[in-house]
Amino acid sequence: MPQNQNSSPIEARLRPEACPEHNRRAQPEGTPPRSKGGWRSLAVFLAVVVIVVVYAYGFQVTKVDLEKPREERRQTQLTNIIRGLVRPRLVEYEEERLEIDAPIVMPCDSRVSLPPVDTSGRYIELTPNCVKLGGEVTVKGYNFEPGETVFLFFIPKAASIHDQVELRLAQDAIETDSQGQFTYVAEMRQDRPSDEPQIVRAVTKIRSGLPHPSDTLKDTFGKIIETIFLALIATTIGTALAIPISFLAARNLMSAMASPFGSVMAGLLIAPLGGALGLILVGWLTGLADGLTQNLALGVVLLVASTVVVWLLIRLLSRDYQGRFAVWRRGGLGLLAVSLVALALGLLATLGMKLGVWLQVTLGSFGFLGNFVFVLADLIVTFLPLLGGLIGLSISSSLASSLSGRFLRTAKPAVAKVFTAVVATLAGVLLAAIVVAIVAWLYKIENPFGFVAVPAVMVGVVLLAISLIIDVQRPVPVGITVYNITRTVLNALRSIEPLIMVVAFAVWVGIGPFAGVMALALHTIAGLGKLYSEQVENILVGPIEAVTATGANRLQTIAYAVIPQIVPPYIAFTIYRWDINVRMSTIIGFGGGGGIGFLVQQNLNLLKYRDASVQMIAIAIVVATLDFASAKVRERII
Amino acid sequence: MLEVKNLTKIYDNEVLALDQVSFNALKGKFTAVIGLSGSGKSTLLRCINRLVEPTAGQVVWDGVDITAAPQEDLRLVRRRIGMIFQQFNLVTRSSVLTNVLSGRLGYVNPLWSIIHYFPKEDISKAMGNLERVDIADKAHNRADELSGGQQQRVGIARALMQDPELMLADEPVASLDPVLAHSIMKILKRLNQEDGITVICSLHFLDLVQQYADRAVALNEGQLVFDGLPHEIDDERFKEIYGQEAERIG
Repeated sequence: MPQNQNSSPIEARLRPEACPEHNRRAQPEGTPPRSKGGWRSLAVFLAVVVIVVVYAYGFQVTKVDLEKPREERRQTQLTNIIRGLVRPRLVEYEEERLEIDAPIVMPCDSRVSLPPVDTSGRYIELTPNCVKLGGEVTVKGYNFEPGETVFLFFIPKAASIHDQVELRLAQDAIETDSQGQFTYVAEMRQDRPSDEPQIVRAVTKIRSGLPHPSDTLKDTFGKIIETIFLALIATTIGTALAIPISFLAARNLMSAMASPFGSVMAGLLIAPLGGALGLILVGWLTGLADGLTQNLALGVVLLVASTVVVWLLIRLLSRDYQGRFAVWRRGGLGLLAVSLVALALGLLATLGMKLGVWLQVTLGSFGFLGNFVFVLADLIVTFLPLLGGLIGLSISSSLASSLSGRFLRTAKPAVAKVFTAVVATLAGVLLAAIVVAIVAWLYKIENPFGFVAVPAVMVGVVLLAISLIIDVQRPVPVGITVYNITRTVLNALRSIEPLIMVVAFAVWVGIGPFAGVMALALHTIAGLGKLYSEQVENILVGPIEAVTATGANRLQTIAYAVIPQIVPPYIAFTIYRWDINVRMSTIIGFGGGGGIGFLVQQNLNLLKYRDASVQMIAIAIVVATLDFASAKVRERII
Repeated sequence: MLEVKNLTKIYDNEVLALDQVSFNALKGKFTAVIGLSGSGKSTLLRCINRLVEPTAGQVVWDGVDITAAPQEDLRLVRRRIGMIFQQFNLVTRSSVLTNVLSGRLGYVNPLWSIIHYFPKEDISKAMGNLERVDIADKAHNRADELSGGQQQRVGIARALMQDPELMLADEPVASLDPVLAHSIMKILKRLNQEDGITVICSLHFLDLVQQYADRAVALNEGQLVFDGLPHEIDDERFKEIYGQEAERIG
């Protein structure tokens, strides 16, 4: 038996002093053992101290201060704001200007006699009714409505009624008391003496006629409609782009993708070339389409013709080619089809732009439909070359990697090794050169060639070393790499609030709702991309397994086993996001993004709280309504 | 003939699921694979059509090495191998007809299939296959409206769309009650006898094996422990396959 310090249970039973109870009793009474409880209370005490310090410092940093809100000036201001907010300027009355005059003699002259005052309606009384230049007069008003706003003017004697001017006697508006009276001590002017009576005038406005919606209400209505549509367009664009991206950010779809190092590198090497080729080719085709549609009839004929040819090509492509040249034949036909599709789209778009302009002129008040057609066509023209580049990039790189993968499988080990090494080195040099060239451009570096060359060679050498070390047949997990990159980008984008993004977009596309649309759409892509991808990760694998087993390819598996499973959660999340976007679009105007936020900010800055109140009510109504509606729709779908 | 040669599968968590398994499944025969849960039956079936990549060994089918086939060729191999599952693995939100048509994906033009367009002959073929498994009237129902037995029939119809020469059945009746189990097994047997489809079917119950299978192979902890005729499994063999504590039921 090993003689270690932990004695076996049997030994412990044999030796009483080893028993814990005995141990404790054997100790002298005066020195109790340091118990666990003591440590624990010390830890609790320390934790409390730390918490107190943290919050004390927090109060310091956030300047929590109860003195300022107690100041009377600030309380008055707050009261004004609250009074404004609880009286939204929803309706306005037709207002009529009412002038109440009283004669005054300045300077005093006993020869001038004044008529008696008519006290049947509103009237003002001056004491005294004659005064020296610059003297004081007490103006009293009677028979006004309580709380009426009155302005006081002095109207000097003028040659004719057209030359009359109203000079302010009181700087501020005067408010009548609960009896409908007011008293104001006015200081008369130093100039403007006259032999005849002059006039002190009280001006007030009285409501007349029926109430009608205020201008503020009308503006608010227009802007809230803009806000809702801003959210709609942003959600639509964001959703459309988030769906494909979410597949790239789904671990279960991406983890299956793996291919040998050499074939990955071949794909990377070809990708930039294919992208550039696609960009140039489609750009040229778009330009060609623009030229061809100068003649309308020719453009239409060509559009129809190219559509028919594309359809025929697709029919040809759908045949099951077998044999040695199948890949090449398919590739050639596919390239032709894609180019023709690009040409057809270019023709369609340039014709669409013309159609849009024509519709705008012809449709009159429905001209916005023409504008819609024009913008859609313009969108195609703008993004077609970019799309071509993207397609060229993906087709060429997937073709290169699959062909080289096939080559690597059949090649002799030594040949495969050399191939991998060469391709990896070239890919490393090319990609590093591209990345560093972009950096050089961003930082405006003087000697770009020298700056680019060193890192390019270094990366090339590193990849050469890697390709010499690794097993060239072993698949490397490409999918997981793509997944990680997508996730990182999405997380970074999501952490930037749209209110910040909109500032950048406002610089690019100008202040207005379009900047708001772009900012919200970008944030929607990031937010929904993550939520969607988590839904993809949660789907059942059984159906995917079953569809894969039938011989379906990756795209077919997604269409038949993945998409049916993710449609309900996708719809639910899209509605949820639209909800968020409506709320965000109400404040995106603070950053220059259009919508109702712009009005709110303007009114708050001009201290027009009654108007801001109208907009806040509108926001509350819209958000609450959409909240309710989206909850109902979501219930239905899930 | 399907030859399985020294097939080994080690999962990423270093579990040895298959250990040097070798046997032959003769063309047109009904071969049963038996063994305890976790003995490697499912892994074995999935290695045959490479839903699971084997770590080592070969699967050779009519002289073609499936294990060496590149991805593009693998699709052409897979489309001739039908597979049905214990959990049926239907896309429950899609219609029965769509589920059955998805069995045709290896044959049709990928571009058209993405927008759910299938040739007329494929649709009538799907209806014919649903007729064969007696649930043509449910073609336009959603798959999750069907009972377990009906779902498995849809699974079989889907596999039949592939015009399979080989049918892999991964415990096709383990989720069904005995009556339904026999009806499903009868359909499989009929396909085996009438269409000459080679069937490899993993099963739990020995009485099903002895009633329907021409041959049986048994796995225990990833190793092949029996390869012979079903009626050769006597009490002693039974204990070798299922362990000393096992009791024969049914």
